[in-house]
Amino acid sequence: MENSTIIKIEKLIKRFPVGKSHFTALNDVNLSVGRGEFLGLVGPSGSGKTTLLNIIGSLDTPTEGVVTVLDRSIAALSHKQSSQLRNRHIGFIFQTYNLLPVYTVYENVEFALLLQKLSASARKKAVMDALEWVGLTDKIKSKPSMLSGGECQRVAIARSMVKRPEIVLADEPTANLDSKNSHHILQTMKNLNKELNTTFIFATHDEKVMKYLKRKVSLEDGKVVKDEIIKNSKN
Amino acid sequence: MLSLKLAFKNLLGAGLRTWLNVLALSFAFVLIIFYNGLIDGWNRQGSRDTKEWETGMGQFWHPAYDRFDPYTIEDSHQPLSKEVLAEIENKNLTPVLVAQATAYPQGRSISITLRGVDPEQTILKLPTADLPSSNGTDYAIIGKSMAKSANLSVGDNLLVRWRDKNGTFDAREIQIASIFKCNVPAVDKGQVYMSLHSLQELLGMENEATLLVTGEGFEMRELNGWSFKDNDFLLADMKKIIQSKKAGGSILQGLLLIIALIAIFDTQVLSIFRRQKEIGTYIALGLTRAQVVGIFTVEGGAHSILAILLGSAYGIPILLWLNKTGFNMSYAEDLNFDLPIAESLYPYYSLRLVVITILIVVISATIVSYLPARKISKMKPTEALKGKLQ
Repeated sequence: MENSTIIKIEKLIKRFPVGKSHFTALNDVNLSVGRGEFLGLVGPSGSGKTTLLNIIGSLDTPTEGVVTVLDRSIAALSHKQSSQLRNRHIGFIFQTYNLLPVYTVYENVEFALLLQKLSASARKKAVMDALEWVGLTDKIKSKPSMLSGGECQRVAIARSMVKRPEIVLADEPTANLDSKNSHHILQTMKNLNKELNTTFIFATHDEKVMKYLKRKVSLEDGKVVKDEIIKNSKN
Repeated sequence: MLSLKLAFKNLLGAGLRTWLNVLALSFAFVLIIFYNGLIDGWNRQGSRDTKEWETGMGQFWHPAYDRFDPYTIEDSHQPLSKEVLAEIENKNLTPVLVAQATAYPQGRSISITLRGVDPEQTILKLPTADLPSSNGTDYAIIGKSMAKSANLSVGDNLLVRWRDKNGTFDAREIQIASIFKCNVPAVDKGQVYMSLHSLQELLGMENEATLLVTGEGFEMRELNGWSFKDNDFLLADMKKIIQSKKAGGSILQGLLLIIALIAIFDTQVLSIFRRQKEIGTYIALGLTRAQVVGIFTVEGGAHSILAILLGSAYGIPILLWLNKTGFNMSYAEDLNFDLPIAESLYPYYSLRLVVITILIVVISATIVSYLPARKISKMKPTEALKGKLQ
C-alpha cells in the first residue's frame, strides 16, 4: 500500500526574521513521504518539526527549496489554492485540539465538510462515520467544554478524517493527554492509517508516539540527522 | 450563507456579551423609528389641520397678495365675478377678505388681522356658523390662543381700529361671539374672524375678497384675475420647519447609534484578539482569509439583525400603542410654538422609514465590524494557531 510519493521536499530552507537578523528554522531538508506512511518528525523543541509540518500543510511557505505536496508546489500556490489543498486533502490535529468552542461535537466535525458542496445527508453520513471511528457517537450534542482532553482530541481526529484526506498532520497530538488516552488516540490513528491508507505525519517528542511510528525522521537544529524505518513498531 | 450560519452560531455562543450589544443597538433602532415616525406624524397632522382650517384644497390669491408682507394687504382685494359667485353659491369656493387692524384689549394695543369669512361656508373647519347675523352689533370669533393673549372671553367687546379702502381710519367695538380651539397657530394668533359681509361693509369693499379657498368639489381651472397657490406652496414653510426638527433630533439618534456601534466595534476588536487560535483553525480547515474576514464581518453585522428582531419584539407593541393613543404634547400650547401641533401627536411609521432605518443599522454595524476584521487578512496562520497576538 505504501507506494507513490505524495510529499517531496528538496533543499528546503526556512528562515524567520528576528530583528535585523534572521533565524534558520530548517536548513537544507530533503525528504520524501509515500502514501500511507505513519511517520514521525522527532527532535527537541526548536528543531524545526512544527515549521516543517506547517510548510507541508501549506500554512507557511519555504524561504528556499521546493516542497511538493500531491504534485503541487507549495511556494507556487495562491491563497485560494492552498486553502483548497488544506480543505480537500490535508487534515490537521493540534496539541491543544483547537475545537471551536461554541459548536457541538457534531458541528465541529461537520465544519470541515461545510466548504465542500456535499448534500446534507452525505455530510451527516460522513460525520457519523468519522465519529464512529473515534467512538464518540454518543457525544454528538456535547460542547467541547463538556469533554475530557482525550475526547477532545478524538473529536479533532474525527474532524481531520471526516473529509478522508490523503494526509493528516498531527502536531504533538498526545502532549496534553495521559498515557491511557495517548494510546487510545494512537491506536485510533493506526487503525485509520491501515483502513484508509491515510498518510500520518507527526511532530512529536513523546516516547509513546514513537512506539507506534513506522518511520522516524529525526531533526536537530533544522536538519534531518536520521531517517529510519522502525521494524518493531506497534503499528 | 455559511458565513451567516457561522456568525449566528458564534454570536449566540458568546451569550451575554452579544445580548448587551444587541440591546444597545435595538434601543437606537427603536428610537430612530419612533422619533422619525413622530416627526412624520406631526407633518401629516400639521398638513391635515392646516388644510382643514386654513388652506382647503388650495387658494386663489389676489395677484398682489403676499401673506408674509403686511404692506401688500391694503391693495389685495378685488370684486367677485359672476363665475366666482356661482362657485361660492355651490360651496366649492369660499371668499376671505383680509385687512390689517389694531385692537385695544384692556387698553393695550395689539396688531391683528381681520378676516371676513362667509358664516355659511363649509369648506374650512372654522366655526363661522357661530357668527350671529348683524343686528346693529358686529360680532367676531377668535381662537383660544388669541383669547388668552388678549384676555378676552365670550361676550367681551373689543375696540378695533382699521383703515378703509380710502385710507381713512375708522374704529368700532366688536363683540366676541365664540372662542374656538384650533391647532394651527396661523389661524389663531392675532386673527379675528368677522362675517364677510360685515367686514366688506366696514372697509367699504362691497362684494370684494382677498383670497378664495377651494373646496373638494371645485373643478380646478384658472380664474381670471386670481393666482392659484396649491398646498405644496402653502404648506412648504411649515413642512420645512418640521423637517428641521427632524435634523435636530437626528443628532441625538446619531449619538445613540454611535454608542451602540462603538460597543460592537469594541467587541469585534476584542474578539479578534481573543480568538486568534480559532482564526488559525479556520484557515487550517481550509477557509481562505477572505472567508474568515467575512465570518467576522457578518458576525458583527449580525448584531444588527438580532437588534432588529429584539427591537421589533418590544418596539412594535410600544410603537403601535403610541400610534393608537398618541404622544402627549399638551404642554406645547404653553411653549408658544408657531407650528400646528395637536394635544396628542400620532406617530406615523411608513414602510420607507422602517426600511431606511433597517438599512442604516445593518450597514453601519457591518462597516464597524469590517474595520477590525480586515486585520485578519494580514495574520500569519501559523502564529494565529499558537494564539500569539499579531
